[in-house]
Amino acid sequence: MTAGTQSMVRARGLRKEYGSQATLVRAVDGVDLDVAPGETLAVMGPSGCGKSTLLHLLGGLDRASAGELWLAGRRIDTMSERGMAALRRDAVGFVFQAFHLMDELTAAENVELPVLLAGRSPRVARRRAGELLERVGLADRARHLPSQLSGGQRQRVAIARALANRPMVVLADEPTGNLDSEATLDVLRLFESLHEAGQTLVIVTHDSRIAATADRLISMRDGAFIDETRLTGGTSGRLGALLDLDG
Amino acid sequence: MQQEVVLALLAKEPSHGYQLRARLRQALGPLGDAMNDGQIYVTLTRLEKAGQVSSERAAGMPDRPDRKMYALTAHGQQRVASWLAEVSWPKPDLAEFHLKLLAAAAARLADPVAIIDAQRRELLRRLRDAQRAAMAEPDGSEAALLLEGVVLRLQADLRWLEACERSWSGRKART
Repeated sequence: MTAGTQSMVRARGLRKEYGSQATLVRAVDGVDLDVAPGETLAVMGPSGCGKSTLLHLLGGLDRASAGELWLAGRRIDTMSERGMAALRRDAVGFVFQAFHLMDELTAAENVELPVLLAGRSPRVARRRAGELLERVGLADRARHLPSQLSGGQRQRVAIARALANRPMVVLADEPTGNLDSEATLDVLRLFESLHEAGQTLVIVTHDSRIAATADRLISMRDGAFIDETRLTGGTSGRLGALLDLDG
Repeated sequence: MQQEVVLALLAKEPSHGYQLRARLRQALGPLGDAMNDGQIYVTLTRLEKAGQVSSERAAGMPDRPDRKMYALTAHGQQRVASWLAEVSWPKPDLAEFHLKLLAAAAARLADPVAIIDAQRRELLRRLRDAQRAAMAEPDGSEAALLLEGVVLRLQADLRWLEACERSWSGRKART
């Protein structure tokens, strides 16, 4: 990140503690983070390393015990509950491992819901849902209930929903954790197209396939960042180098 | 190119070398980009000398490998049959890396955790290449299945490197 460019997400000394004294657990232990606009960042680490807690803090789903947090230059850790709720609705898109779709609503209605909650008209919501389902390749499934969709399709509906209010950042927690290899590929393709469209993305995962396609990869252990890798550039070039074809 | 592969490609019907090459390109997709076009003719010539392949020159054509039609001999057919029945499999070569870490730590030549990190980056780059190629393959592509295999293997190796890192960071913390 060069000086002068504003981070989309910025955290300083971010900390989240549970329990007290003898039972104190530091789930997130003094994290500094800058995510550039349009960047795809992957945070990897074993379960329990604090990566999901970190994501919840970044998206305002949970409050930090200490530290400072900005979204697009706006300080958010000091916001009121009401301000946080509006922020979660308008500025952040969430994607979860278990999809978290409303079972009794159709795919289109699931995507429309956050648009309606943001105070837009049903007509705007319908149009927006139509565009987004088209974008995730599910225009022909708009009237299906989640139970009538495959896991990969449900996750794509969830991604469309996350985009419903044109969020500044999409936060994804193990988005491919419940998906088979083909559905994972669809989700990766979708993230790639979001990336190309300039969407800022933070993905926590232990799926190395996602990590390998991010711009930057941070490894997390015991609540802290232990390693950072920038994966753009310097690739091995010829794909044939991946195989040993001479015999 | 492995001789058995070339023989097996001839099992269906006699072919020109360029037809075999096209078949290989389709099966390997972007992973075949390192394949040298001449390789297949070198292999065919060796197989012909070994009596496993016969060739026929089309009437009026010059005597060049790329003009010939190749076919399996009985001997070649046998070799294909026994190759299909074989259960050999590439063995992962992990011992070298394992010993590298041990030696680096024992001689205090380098930090094993730094070696693991560098290796991890290299595998992540390969995974990135393979994953991007897999994402670019159209539906029903033959090469996509092969790319999936490459991706899964790299993932397994990366998981082992994670285990290495846990173990070696732990040893460092104790000393």
